[in-house]
Amino acid sequence: MTKRQKKELKKIILSLVITVVSILWLKEIPTLYLSFLLCAYLIVGIDVLKKAGKNILRGKMLDENFLMSLATLGAILIGETAEALSVMLFYKVGELFQSYAVGKSRKSITSLMDIRPDYANLLKGNQELKVSPEEVKVGQIIRIKPGEKIPLDGIIVEGSSALDTKSLTGEAMPRYVFEKDEVMSGCINKEGILKVKVTKEYKESTVSKILDLVENASNKKSTSEAFITKFARYYTPTVVVFAILLAVLPPLLLKSANFSEWLYRSLSFLVVSCPCALVISIPLSFFASIGKSSRMGILLKGSNYLESLAKTEIIVCDKTGTLTEGKFKVQEVKTEKEEKDAVLRYAAMAESFSLHPIALSIMESYQKPIDSKKVTEVKEFAGKGVSAEIEDSHILVGNGKLMDLFNITYPKEKSKGTVIYVAKNKTWIGTIIIKDKIKEDAYQAISELRKNHIQKIVMLTGDQEEISQEVAEELKLDAYHASLLPQQKVEIVEKYNQELTKEGKLVFVGDGMNDAPVLALADIGISMGKTGVDAAIEASDVVIMTDEISKIVELMKLAKKTMTIVKENIIFAILIKVLVLILSACGFANMWMAVFADVGVSVLAILNAIRILWMNIQ
Amino acid sequence: MKTYKFKIEGLDCANCARELEEALNKEQGLENVSINFFTEKLTFDTENKEEALQKLKKIIRQEDDEITLEELSE
Repeated sequence: MTKRQKKELKKIILSLVITVVSILWLKEIPTLYLSFLLCAYLIVGIDVLKKAGKNILRGKMLDENFLMSLATLGAILIGETAEALSVMLFYKVGELFQSYAVGKSRKSITSLMDIRPDYANLLKGNQELKVSPEEVKVGQIIRIKPGEKIPLDGIIVEGSSALDTKSLTGEAMPRYVFEKDEVMSGCINKEGILKVKVTKEYKESTVSKILDLVENASNKKSTSEAFITKFARYYTPTVVVFAILLAVLPPLLLKSANFSEWLYRSLSFLVVSCPCALVISIPLSFFASIGKSSRMGILLKGSNYLESLAKTEIIVCDKTGTLTEGKFKVQEVKTEKEEKDAVLRYAAMAESFSLHPIALSIMESYQKPIDSKKVTEVKEFAGKGVSAEIEDSHILVGNGKLMDLFNITYPKEKSKGTVIYVAKNKTWIGTIIIKDKIKEDAYQAISELRKNHIQKIVMLTGDQEEISQEVAEELKLDAYHASLLPQQKVEIVEKYNQELTKEGKLVFVGDGMNDAPVLALADIGISMGKTGVDAAIEASDVVIMTDEISKIVELMKLAKKTMTIVKENIIFAILIKVLVLILSACGFANMWMAVFADVGVSVLAILNAIRILWMNIQ
Repeated sequence: MKTYKFKIEGLDCANCARELEEALNKEQGLENVSINFFTEKLTFDTENKEEALQKLKKIIRQEDDEITLEELSE
């Protein structure tokens, strides 16, 4: 609790004690009873009265303090002192709770985003200086000890370690890093001492980009928030006008009307006149949701995207790097006589001088060290493959065209993907099939998305037809478009835009590198941040910090739950307020109910909103 | 047009923040004023910082004299 809140609490308790004492023992002595009640009222309400006074001088008649003062003073004048006191008491209790709850949730949300590094250990010669991250320049070397946050983006020049990336990616598994690996600011070094050469200034580093984005996200307001702002603008004046009419008209028009009774009803109106419940709880829901998603490794650029995501009908995905891993991997080695390992070994050795992704994938799959001295007379055949002398054998590694060139008979491989044949002394010995693997979580993600009422999931790719078809069939997508140029991708997304219903939204998911025009065209552009967080932030509306497509499912669920809570709060608050207003007008409600409709509803709506923080999304 | 960012403390309630935001947005020379009640941040765009700040402070003082402002470096 803050100092201010503690002070408020003391006043409330004191006032409460006086109230209880007077009700229990002083009721028999009217003057004493009344003066005690007034005393209790002033203790708890003096601040409100003072503020009201100031606001009248400034001409602010629709201020909450003023209306609350008017309502309670009015009640005292018509002889309802006990009621006035309890309304003021309850109002202050509600206010106190509100400010406590807002402070608490503010804290827990900002702690979710607690990735800001406090210092960097800058190495200068033999010295280590503790400086603020802003002072470190590109090219300088910093040291990161176990338990410390990496303050700036850079490349490891010495040491290896496991990094805790949880606060950035939501991923619990540590990431192992070695010399020459790039490291992202905001991760926590868990094991070894790292020396890192800084590649980006603090302002440009991942951590400050992320913080910037999340902090400004709630500035981009959703239509629900815009609605609340509009509603709030008209709500208070309308209620106040009705309150005045209620106090004036019936006594004038009806002969039997009792002025003080109608005044009481009118004063109850004033108590319900603050739209606080909505003005606090709706932005709080979005704020909590943005905080939560950043903890899950999903960065949102604005509250409005949560709203749109909840209305998604069509998802268009890029293939490479989004649905597939974007890395070539040896899927299968087919042989007849030779050992599979031997075939892979020949291929890896022959390709060991190449930097082609296919060659790299073969070497990665072989996994053992290669003695390149044993490889001689390497010859490259562009677009076909390589030949080499390895341990006195003539080895050919390449596609069908290479085999044809050397007149080698080989079993033609029909499976899709990249096919590499290996021949030894002019005889085929094996076939290696290389594919870009579909991401493991893609299968479940796609079926989960369908369960979440996504009507269409489509894949776009610049890759060739057969490979694309296989991926689309394997993942049971609704459609795919292959061999596309960037411009054609735009045209296709435009076509799908036409298929949306009026409220429906289209999401595009890509790697954020080559998809800028489509990301911009879609209602919501989501990119995978692993290829480069800053580029992804630049290009898209939502950034997924890991490579997992399943995060989109979590994001959709979070968006839907947030919108449900927002709707619940809007309907609940307006309904209770209108109901209590009607009951008050008809004389069925007392001020107690009115004060419940004011602060009670606020408190409940706030509690409902911060539920988002503890909700289980998986 | 440049964006400036301030820490704003002492706001009573979300509704006051909203009212203040509306009042500031009506002022000439202050554009895209946004008050975030939860992060306690106020941002606005302006051509002339000095003049904008004067107006800003005047309006804030009218609304509530317990509000404090502190400029945040970009």
